[in-house]
Amino acid sequence: MRKFDTKIQHLNYKVVREVARLAWEDKLLENLMSIPEKIVPGKEATMRCCVYKERAIIGERIKLAVGGNKDNPNVIEVIEIACDECPVGGFEVTNACRGCLAHHCEDACSFGAITFDNQHVAHIDKSKCKECGTCAKVCPYAAIVSRKRPCQNACKVKAISMNEEKAATIDNSKCIQCGACVYQCPFGAILDKSYILDVIDILKNSRTHTAEKGNKVYAIVAPSISSQFSYAKLGQVITGLKKLGFHDVIEAALGADMVAMAEAKELSEKGVLTSSCCPAFVQYIKSTFPNLVEHISHNMSPMAVLAKYIKETTPDAKVVFIGPCTAKKAEAQLESVKPYVDSVLTFEELQALFDSRDFDLPSFEEGVLDNASYFGRIFARSGGLTDATTQAMREQNIDFEIKPVVCDGIEACRLALIKLSKGMLDGNFIEGMACVGGCINGAGCLTHGEKNKAEVDKYGREALEKTITDAVSVLK
Amino acid sequence: MKVTVCIGSSCHIKGSRQVVEQLQNLIAENNVSDKVTLGSTFCLENCQQGVCVTVDDVFHSVSPETVGEFFANEILAKI
Repeated sequence: MRKFDTKIQHLNYKVVREVARLAWEDKLLENLMSIPEKIVPGKEATMRCCVYKERAIIGERIKLAVGGNKDNPNVIEVIEIACDECPVGGFEVTNACRGCLAHHCEDACSFGAITFDNQHVAHIDKSKCKECGTCAKVCPYAAIVSRKRPCQNACKVKAISMNEEKAATIDNSKCIQCGACVYQCPFGAILDKSYILDVIDILKNSRTHTAEKGNKVYAIVAPSISSQFSYAKLGQVITGLKKLGFHDVIEAALGADMVAMAEAKELSEKGVLTSSCCPAFVQYIKSTFPNLVEHISHNMSPMAVLAKYIKETTPDAKVVFIGPCTAKKAEAQLESVKPYVDSVLTFEELQALFDSRDFDLPSFEEGVLDNASYFGRIFARSGGLTDATTQAMREQNIDFEIKPVVCDGIEACRLALIKLSKGMLDGNFIEGMACVGGCINGAGCLTHGEKNKAEVDKYGREALEKTITDAVSVLK
Repeated sequence: MKVTVCIGSSCHIKGSRQVVEQLQNLIAENNVSDKVTLGSTFCLENCQQGVCVTVDDVFHSVSPETVGEFFANEILAKI
């Protein structure tokens, strides 16, 4: 059974699938307007006030599915009419407050923001409250709640505010395009742009579809794919990709092996380094800690180094990266990466692409995917990059003591970066991942969960090559 | 002369790493590195017959066991 974590993901998937279906048949333009009614048939509203609003919002989702607003450089966009204008009151005392004697909330508040009325019920003075949430944590009745919007809660770089219409709005100068808000908005009002039409175009002109004249189209797949398509075997997913028109499927993990080797060297030369694999983390340093930019590893990401290798060894190659990440869509548009990566899909979009062709993956024979080492593969989860870099030091006999600081989630990254900027970091290598848990919890994943880590580790152990040196030795 | 070894998944499992390593050694031992360029690519579209190797675009099926013979007949003899 196809599995989506949320109904929002499922809804977006349906939109992208229908757009893709029409694109394959070259009937998109004439049939675009029929998609909303196909997805929202009948007269009974199931999601919003009426079917007309539901269809209008589907229309907005279609715009994003075909590439979104070209004038907005951000790959993440707000669908204003889908934003439900959630309350924004901050911390509030609810009627669960019993007016107790202990007043833990008052004791816990460092800002004197808690007062009591003559019924002994607590109140928060908004002019003094710093939104720290300490009072909510100590209340034995859980009577204090945060009315912060889920998108604002999800956005740890504080790029989301609300406009005059009370709809969410994104500050592009702060946004790192990690997609946390996309996954967390309960109304599905924030979405990443899809480049699936570009991918279908590339595939239609591929050698597989147009014989000798076409390009060889390569899919670079992120290692987190191992935990994603739970209804089929990984080998069947690979066969599905080849049936779509991909010439070959290659593990991004091989690029990770290449990066680990280079990162180990760079760390030993520079003494202090932050990783550069996660584009959202890199963007975060650039926008918030500009004085730390010199510490960012000069290596391109695994996606980019592998794509570069493919393009340099195969003249007529096109490269599509498929992964869990919305920020990769932005990374692929950077001048330094653009020549190598032609487009990016999320796993969610890949599912839509498979289904737009009515592929029954479990009935396919199993292809193979084996390019990288164990260490390249575990980049997908927090701590993997550090393990790989440590291993690469060992394998290259580099005499340097790595003191890693493993950070997953922007809050953890922020803490480590503040310490680094003040010279107080107890470590010399920051592994930074914007998503909690690492790439396996990326916004573009079909499933998010603790068991995905075990899946990735298991997949890592299945790699033919046991060392990074062996994995990269085939590359010329 | 351009020798290209497939390093796609299927050939990799059949031993393309060993093929690449042995070819590297043989090229060095026989002092022909100025005449032979060894390269790699992902998928030569003949997965059933892997490890796939092309010599100036002519296809050959090689395995780690037959590299020596392949090198002598198809590379060294034709330089």
